[in-house]
Amino acid sequence: MSAQDHSLRDPPDLPRPFRPSGPLMQRNSAITERRWVQWTLIATAVVFLLFFLFLPLVAVFAEAFRNGVSTYLIALQEPDARSALNLTLITAAIAVPLNLVFGVCAAWAITKFDFRGKSLLISLIDLPFSVSPVVAGLVYVLVFGAQGWLGPWLLEHDIKIVFAVPGIVLATIFVTFPFIARELIPLMQAQGTDDEQAAVSLGASGWKTFWRVTLPNIKWGLLYGVLLCNARAFGEFGAVSVVSGHIRGMTNTLPLHIEILYNEYAFAAAFAVASLLASLALVTLAAKSFLEWRYGDELAAGRRH
Amino acid sequence: MDIHVRNIEKDFGTFKALDRVDLDIESGELIALLGPSGSGKTTLLRVIAGLEFADQGEILFGNQDMARVPVRDRQVGFVFQHYALFKHMTVLDNVSFGLKVRKDKPSAEAIRQRATELIELVQLGGLEKRYPSQLSGGQRQRVALARALAIDPKVLLLDEPFGALDAKVRKDLRRWLRDLHDQTGVTTIFVTHDQEEALELADRVVIMNKGRIEQLGHVDAVYEKPANPFVFDFLGNTNIVPVTLRNGVVNLGQGDAAIAESSGSKDGPALLYVRPGDVRIAADGAAGLPTTVQRVQRTGPIVRIDAEVFGSTAPITVELPHLHHDTSAFQPGAELRLRLLQFSLYAEDSGALLGASTPADAIGVAASRQRSR
Repeated sequence: MSAQDHSLRDPPDLPRPFRPSGPLMQRNSAITERRWVQWTLIATAVVFLLFFLFLPLVAVFAEAFRNGVSTYLIALQEPDARSALNLTLITAAIAVPLNLVFGVCAAWAITKFDFRGKSLLISLIDLPFSVSPVVAGLVYVLVFGAQGWLGPWLLEHDIKIVFAVPGIVLATIFVTFPFIARELIPLMQAQGTDDEQAAVSLGASGWKTFWRVTLPNIKWGLLYGVLLCNARAFGEFGAVSVVSGHIRGMTNTLPLHIEILYNEYAFAAAFAVASLLASLALVTLAAKSFLEWRYGDELAAGRRH
Repeated sequence: MDIHVRNIEKDFGTFKALDRVDLDIESGELIALLGPSGSGKTTLLRVIAGLEFADQGEILFGNQDMARVPVRDRQVGFVFQHYALFKHMTVLDNVSFGLKVRKDKPSAEAIRQRATELIELVQLGGLEKRYPSQLSGGQRQRVALARALAIDPKVLLLDEPFGALDAKVRKDLRRWLRDLHDQTGVTTIFVTHDQEEALELADRVVIMNKGRIEQLGHVDAVYEKPANPFVFDFLGNTNIVPVTLRNGVVNLGQGDAAIAESSGSKDGPALLYVRPGDVRIAADGAAGLPTTVQRVQRTGPIVRIDAEVFGSTAPITVELPHLHHDTSAFQPGAELRLRLLQFSLYAEDSGALLGASTPADAIGVAASRQRSR
């Protein structure tokens, strides 16, 4: 009892309110590394980024302009280069929208519905990631090639797929298929189906629910998936190389054209075209950054809730 | 709109979520579906909404069988546990959504007017332009309600409406929801696992367990005459005391009492259920069962006493309002008298209700005989 009384009268020392005793930005040694450790870590990261990401990019442009701007422009204006650029753009323009539709459909089906064979579908979507692009290309040759399963029938009807634009587009679609679906599935899984159920219970049709509720919820993930898909569609080499046949001015995409130029020791031209491909990638990244900057608030609001 | 649930069954694989459920809801009623998690209450709500389809049985809105009516045509207002507000829309757009997607879409001006009206009704006037992420939990809840009310629902269904809110907001919203219901008169069903919430808010309570309805009744009836031990136990703290039943007389320790509604029960052991608040305690010498205080615990407004009844093995917990003048009497070791004002008696094996007390035949008061110690 007496101990209790004592403790009531004399409260134990409570921690005094914290008063910073030094400069405001004083470092807390318990949670901060020593200065030399900090600098070593930062330097390692910076050197790594310089050598592996930034330097190659600079090297491409430096090599491209080594023999002057005029050589550079001539290399780009060469008919084969222009046709390769056109083919690359056309391929991406077909493959990306198709994969956009496929990817959204697949992600929608997988995340909003339960059905038999769902895990099989998920594995199939991952297939292009796990199979080497060369194998994918060979599969198309095997199916659509002159000696392939459908070869005779295609020949009869005068349809060219392998060693022609359709084959290149098909191979590109195959290789870039997972990008959009893979980007959307985790996002849509996390979002669940409550919003859709709410919309339907309020009287919206499936179509209206998709346009007004689902699509706005996934638009940023979708955009990111499209950009990744697009970058890969521009740059795909392996699968396209197998099905294209490397016909100059006809079935050469930019990456194939670069390889040919390089193998012919036309380094300046090779790097000039490579710089074009790199520029396309940079434009893509810039577009993404711009959209994030422009709609950053909305993006943050969407994520927060 | 009156709603009838007839013989509904629903399985999820081998798990029986709903097992032959029958329920009649009158127009304008406020009904609580109460039960522990996994009892099937949310499934029942979703079946009524049409978000889930029953394996068997039928749902009637008035006389209309809703079995083939998809959720979008049922005109039910469903409020989700986490509100499911459309994050990319403002409060106004969220509330107008149900009107905008209708086939017979009203004019833009009419939609705006109706939505504004509802936003006023849920006391969110001035926040029309806010996004859900800029609202507090309670405000989001009210937006969800306004959105559900916008389609003039035949029935309003709320899934754990206060589950995600803190205690203070929850209490305010509860009262507010009751007022809102009285204003709008929409038949309302809500799911909760909180018995206090169900008892405070609802006209009638449906108590569910393992996919079945254990009891259905008005709040007072359910609380005063629980149909079985599960319901009794679920509706609050409970003392379970083994007693003996002989010739319609229940014997506990040294006291006994005739029970009011003896349903021709057999003699023998039974379980007596009594709530801590239905026990009175008095100084030695007064009427009641002789008791020794074991433990006293004071928690704010309530004093909780564990007491051992002389001649019985199970201690009984008593809850009393904290009154300062009798503090000294309730010390461990004190000998006092105990009276059980209201209790229920259940068979030990089947859990069948054997009888219940009325305040007049409280054990210890109307004891037919009292042995001397």
